[in-house]
Amino acid sequence: MSVLVVVEPDEGAEGGLSVVSRETLTLARAMPGGAAGLAAVLVGGVGAPDEAVLAHCREQGVDTLYVCGDERLERYAARAWAKVTGAAVEAGGAAYLVAGGTPRGNEVLAHVAATRGVPMATNVVAVVQEDPVEVERQVVGGAVLERVALSGSPAIASVAGHAVVPEASPTPGEAQVEQVAVELTEADLTAQVVRLEAREGGDTSALTGADVVVGAGRGVGGADRFADVEALAARLGGAVGVSRVVTSLGWRPHHEQVGQTGSRIAPDLYLACGISGAIQHWAGCSSSKTIIAVNTDGEAPMVTQARYAVLGDMHEVLPAVLAELGEP
Amino acid sequence: MTDVLVCVKRVPDASGEVVLTPDGSSVDGRYAGYTMSAHEECAVEIAASVAGESGGSVTVLTLGDDDSVEQLRAALAVGAHEAVRVDAVADDYGPADVAAAIAEVVRSREASGSGFGLVLVGNDAADTGDHQVGIRLAHLLDRPVVAGAQQVAISGDRVDVRVGTAAGTEVYDLPLPAVLTVLEGGVEPRYPNISGRMKAKKAPIEVVEPAVVPQGSGRLGLRVLPPPESNVELLGEGAAAAPRLVEVLREMGVVR
Ligand SMILES: Cc1cc2nc3c(=O)[nH]c(=O)nc-3n(C[C@H](O)[C@H](O)[C@H](O)COP(=O)(O)OP(=O)(O)OC[C@H]3O[C@@H](n4cnc5c(N)ncnc54)[C@H](O)[C@@H]3O)c2cc1C
Repeated sequence: MSVLVVVEPDEGAEGGLSVVSRETLTLARAMPGGAAGLAAVLVGGVGAPDEAVLAHCREQGVDTLYVCGDERLERYAARAWAKVTGAAVEAGGAAYLVAGGTPRGNEVLAHVAATRGVPMATNVVAVVQEDPVEVERQVVGGAVLERVALSGSPAIASVAGHAVVPEASPTPGEAQVEQVAVELTEADLTAQVVRLEAREGGDTSALTGADVVVGAGRGVGGADRFADVEALAARLGGAVGVSRVVTSLGWRPHHEQVGQTGSRIAPDLYLACGISGAIQHWAGCSSSKTIIAVNTDGEAPMVTQARYAVLGDMHEVLPAVLAELGEP
Repeated sequence: MTDVLVCVKRVPDASGEVVLTPDGSSVDGRYAGYTMSAHEECAVEIAASVAGESGGSVTVLTLGDDDSVEQLRAALAVGAHEAVRVDAVADDYGPADVAAAIAEVVRSREASGSGFGLVLVGNDAADTGDHQVGIRLAHLLDRPVVAGAQQVAISGDRVDVRVGTAAGTEVYDLPLPAVLTVLEGGVEPRYPNISGRMKAKKAPIEVVEPAVVPQGSGRLGLRVLPPPESNVELLGEGAAAAPRLVEVLREMGVVR
């Protein structure tokens, strides 16, 4: 038995491997067979894998890192990436195939599952039984856990974001690089990214990578009432994040939305103003190190689940906070 | 002219408290109500606008019991022309089953000479979040697929698809026919006007029998997580709380 993890390169992240990949590797080690036989597949990096990526893989206990040197894989094409992943499953005889529950992780796994005609479970938080395999996964935006039987070979699962804290393996792996060969057809590359356009006037990575996020919900009261929220975010060197109500009302653009259908954030501080803390919003902000809620309603879930709270009108609280902070 | 099929799912509205059925087998939407998944509202909007531009038609499909007609009518009210209900108990169907049932409808339309150039589904349903119906469907139909589509433009026999990522917008250019899974954020779903609602009320709904024997999703049971214990520290009320709040910010080291 062994576990194969799809790791995603991330040029922005420390060491070139996304945080989600490290979380997924950590969880994979706890899966049946994961501690004894952990392998990973890296798709999309052409040429020899980065030393930093290898170091991370070693630290996470990965014994074999499968790569494919075909240049056509450099631009993302889910079906082609899935083919490489499938070849790595064959090469290592993996019993489990897992990836982070990111858009790419889910998409690549779904192609593997479809090709092989086996089931796939998304947003898994734990393997609860080995034989037959049963996993527990988040449904309904994280409010409910579903227990599912996962038949099929390999058992395919994506891991819910922030379900585990990434930790180094007690026994480092060798991270031996092994090439897998695949024959890519035209069909594998029909749906391939042709170009990447930088975002105009806004960048999600500013939000997902921010150390401080000042959040605003319906309580802000209108599109023209964000001045204090923006000023505080600027004063703290952070980004503005909003609830879905705010984007649905057209007060702010979608790329600022935090939550199940928005971005998942993990800042040191999330200062949530006028946000109720519905489960779909919580799904995107629960990994914040510290949450401070500013809300008129002391019973709002955002208040009861926060570390600190101020009760009151955000339009009275924020100006006072800005005055108290003064100039930097 | 592009004829579009858009697939929608009836899901419990979980914006309030989530309640399970007494046997714990599914989410009970009887009190909160039901809705269409958020991504699918955007898919309907995309379908209506791309078909509108090219003079094509929009067919909306759902797999479900008689109650799910409500979601079909919601789509008819904002621009879909025809509606098909695959008559089934949706809970008995796993994602692979749903994909197979949709594929059958697509194939039979194709056989009768009225195929779909574009099939849209939601990226993942609001309740199960499976992320795979569209991709499985594409494999069954042997068509290209892009997941997470937010903006879609058709020119001739190709479709330009835009997907928002942290790094920016990824652009795809595919030949039709194709399958797309739609993600919220690229378009604003329109609201139904009165005439749309009236038309939707009277529109005929085609009911078809599923051509698959469902294998199910492997669901063994559900449990609602208890609310986490509150350990909130109140820093005060109103503007008077500002000094204490700033003190906490300084302790945390987030003040520059
Ligand atoms: C499929 C699906 C996906 C979803 N995805 C997301 C998502 O990604 N992100 C997301 O955020 N939501 C999402 N939602 C919506 C979610 O369920 C909630 O409706 C939404 O988060 C509520 O936003 P809100 O807290 O701003 O508004 P409300 O729930 O209306 O809360 C407003 C809060 O502001 C407080 N308030 C009012 N006035 C003031 C004031 N002057 N000062 C201080 N406080 C004040 C109120 O006490 C209240 O707590 C999703 C829903 C569905 C069904």
